[in-house]
Amino acid sequence: MQAITTTHDAAHGEAQVKKIWKAFWILFVLTIIELGLGLSVYYIDMEANPSETLILFLKGIICILTLAKAFYIISIFMHLGDEVRNLIMSVGIPALLFIWFIFTFLYEGNSYRNLRNTDAHSRPYIEKVQEHPVPAMKEGEKN
Amino acid sequence: MMWFFLMSDSFTFGAFLISYGSIRFSLNEWVDHNYVFNRFPLTEANLPLAFVSLMTFILIFSSVTMVLAVHEGHKMNQKGVEKWMILTILGGLAFLSCQAWEWTHLITSRHKVLVDGVIQYWGTTTSHNPWGPKVLFNNELVATPGPVAFGGYFFGITGFHGFHVFSGVIINLVMLIKTKAGDFQKRGHYEMIEKAGLYWHFVDLVWVFVFLCFYLI
Repeated sequence: MQAITTTHDAAHGEAQVKKIWKAFWILFVLTIIELGLGLSVYYIDMEANPSETLILFLKGIICILTLAKAFYIISIFMHLGDEVRNLIMSVGIPALLFIWFIFTFLYEGNSYRNLRNTDAHSRPYIEKVQEHPVPAMKEGEKN
Repeated sequence: MMWFFLMSDSFTFGAFLISYGSIRFSLNEWVDHNYVFNRFPLTEANLPLAFVSLMTFILIFSSVTMVLAVHEGHKMNQKGVEKWMILTILGGLAFLSCQAWEWTHLITSRHKVLVDGVIQYWGTTTSHNPWGPKVLFNNELVATPGPVAFGGYFFGITGFHGFHVFSGVIINLVMLIKTKAGDFQKRGHYEMIEKAGLYWHFVDLVWVFVFLCFYLI
């Protein structure tokens, strides 16, 4: 916490304010791009045969942009870089565990879905297609 | 100490979001967020993503005003700190009001859903999800009940985040009062503003990920 109580001369202060606003505009633009990609996913989804790979690719880009935003918030707004090196390490290294957590738990979820869909691999997976439309009934009628 | 608290808090949020992710991966059907979140106050138009982007911009902007308050604190400028702290608090309150509107809208607006061959009208709650896959019924596409987990995760995680925003607003209010009383001038530094700022940026950081997980992908 040494960096906190230093006194700043005027020129340095000006540069600091500029840096803050620059970070704001970067975050702003990144969010706009994310929204644009999100909306294009929405429109691709409405087409007759949406391409799954394209949608997955766009969502991947959105995830990367989010990580970039997180980086700007932590480095410019929270200025973690100005702290003592040991503090950076003791906060940063445990946070790296998230990489492992995300991969394992998503893999776990996916495997659970496969097991359920195939009764633990005892039968092939048949996608549930609605063959017969639900018969017409009057509203409120009991079946 | 603030950094260690934030790290533990990030593990809480991380656990919530990862559990949400693994449940979502384990189900064949999930909801289409572009249809669930497509309303804006005072209009009936179909505007996917619009309202939540407004909320995101509000939060990013209040993060900037917070850094500027911290910056004025470095210069020992009491009036500047007060000005930017007030703007930050207003930003937090605006975000909370947006969230209140969104929750009210989700819970109270009814949607047609086919339950056991009967049409019912459901709101989106922790026990009802009217956004499941659509089926043909009386020559009309009608939604069926979707996974209940959606409501639980959505209200749970955004609620937990909203509660963080709320406590952030309270902390900022206390800091504003202490600034106005001249406590930090007497003390010779504005370190407390810096710490409140760290918490506030963390709330913004979490929102970036909540925004990603619930509204974008």
